[in-house]
Amino acid sequence: MDFGFIRESIPLYGEAALLTVRIGAVGIVLSLLVGLVCAAIQFFRIPLLRQLVAAYVELSRNTPLLVQLFFLYFGLPKTGVVMSSELCAIVGLTFLGGSYMAEAFRSSLEAIDSIQFQSALSLGMTRGQALGHVMLPQSLALAMPALTANVIFLLKETSVMSVIALPDLVYVAKEQIGNTYNTSEALVLLVSFYLLILLPISLGARYLERRVRYANFGD
Amino acid sequence: MPTSGIELLFEGRNFSRLMLGLWVSVRIALLSMLFSIVLGTGLGLVMNGRSRVGRALSRVYLEFIRIMPPLVLLFLVYFDLTKVAGINLSGEVAAVVVFTLWGTAEMGDLVRGSISSIPAHQYDSARALGMTELELQRHVVLPQAVRRLVPLTVNLTTRMIKTTSLVALIGVVEILKVAQQIIDANRFEYPGAALWIYGAVFFIYFIVCFVISAFSRRLERKWALS
Repeated sequence: MDFGFIRESIPLYGEAALLTVRIGAVGIVLSLLVGLVCAAIQFFRIPLLRQLVAAYVELSRNTPLLVQLFFLYFGLPKTGVVMSSELCAIVGLTFLGGSYMAEAFRSSLEAIDSIQFQSALSLGMTRGQALGHVMLPQSLALAMPALTANVIFLLKETSVMSVIALPDLVYVAKEQIGNTYNTSEALVLLVSFYLLILLPISLGARYLERRVRYANFGD
Repeated sequence: MPTSGIELLFEGRNFSRLMLGLWVSVRIALLSMLFSIVLGTGLGLVMNGRSRVGRALSRVYLEFIRIMPPLVLLFLVYFDLTKVAGINLSGEVAAVVVFTLWGTAEMGDLVRGSISSIPAHQYDSARALGMTELELQRHVVLPQAVRRLVPLTVNLTTRMIKTTSLVALIGVVEILKVAQQIIDANRFEYPGAALWIYGAVFFIYFIVCFVISAFSRRLERKWALS
């Protein structure tokens, strides 16, 4: 093990890790938004849009991100839609994550007794207010384990982004293996940096889940 | 003649080559699932077992596998095993090893969850009826755990198939690589082929995984314990 080599390479991996975190963070926030919108459409049973959401969820959940990225990055430009690799990574991650988040929100909303919604309506709230102020806050506690699992899942999924020429951790490691043959060093760095990103998030997620587990809303 | 590229999909042996490519990754997925079910059941039993050391070790194993992207695990085995241990695995064998390690962890957790979700009164009632421990496991725990486990295992299979698409990155020629070859070989005759060929790969994956996950959902509904 060449520790000098490892020390010299740390900044390179640090930069790549920042890119992974940045793409991941933007993708996750957008996924949450897409998920919320999809869940709201399904909650209100808006015709047509609801079927579209259902189709999107099935398409996105039943295909690998790698294949989605190949289509977005190499296929779509043939129709004139050209994206930079960073934009493509974010779009791909959001396409994948949106459906996972939508499912997490949907199933937790379904778990809340509909009497809550009806009571809110009878108090004169609009349907939107009832969803936003009564249903969602309660369902959030139930959805938390699924949401945090999705966050970790999506961060892990960013590891395939090197195929669309995004210089992420895997990309840097692969380049070092190819250029210097310091395979073990590169892989130790790769594993360490993923641990550095994912371990705190995983521990934080567990803490958050414990905090909301006993959340009860006037039951 | 300018063409869109969709007919390239059915030209010559292109479509059957894509299907063969699909079979390569599905084969890896099924083989890994088979090993994972056997090893994962063992792991799940250890995780529920009495041994503290066993529980702790299996926990560490699960957490490490869970926190690492499968691609990183693939790199570790494919690149590093050769260098450190001098074991030179082909891409496909390395993939089966990695996805078995990954699947065993996931399967172990499913087995653990299915067993521990059986409420305590089931055990108490069985004992009150005078069943021996063996009878209790055979007639009370096993049937209920299996009913919970089977839909989850089918679902894990779709995740496995989706994850095995990563083998394209360690040089295994599967459906995505075949697609790339077809597109590259026809770069000049069919400049627009990438859209259709990658689109086709997307839908082929969708059909395979959709059928399996629909089956899993049906099982889940059918066997839902009231």
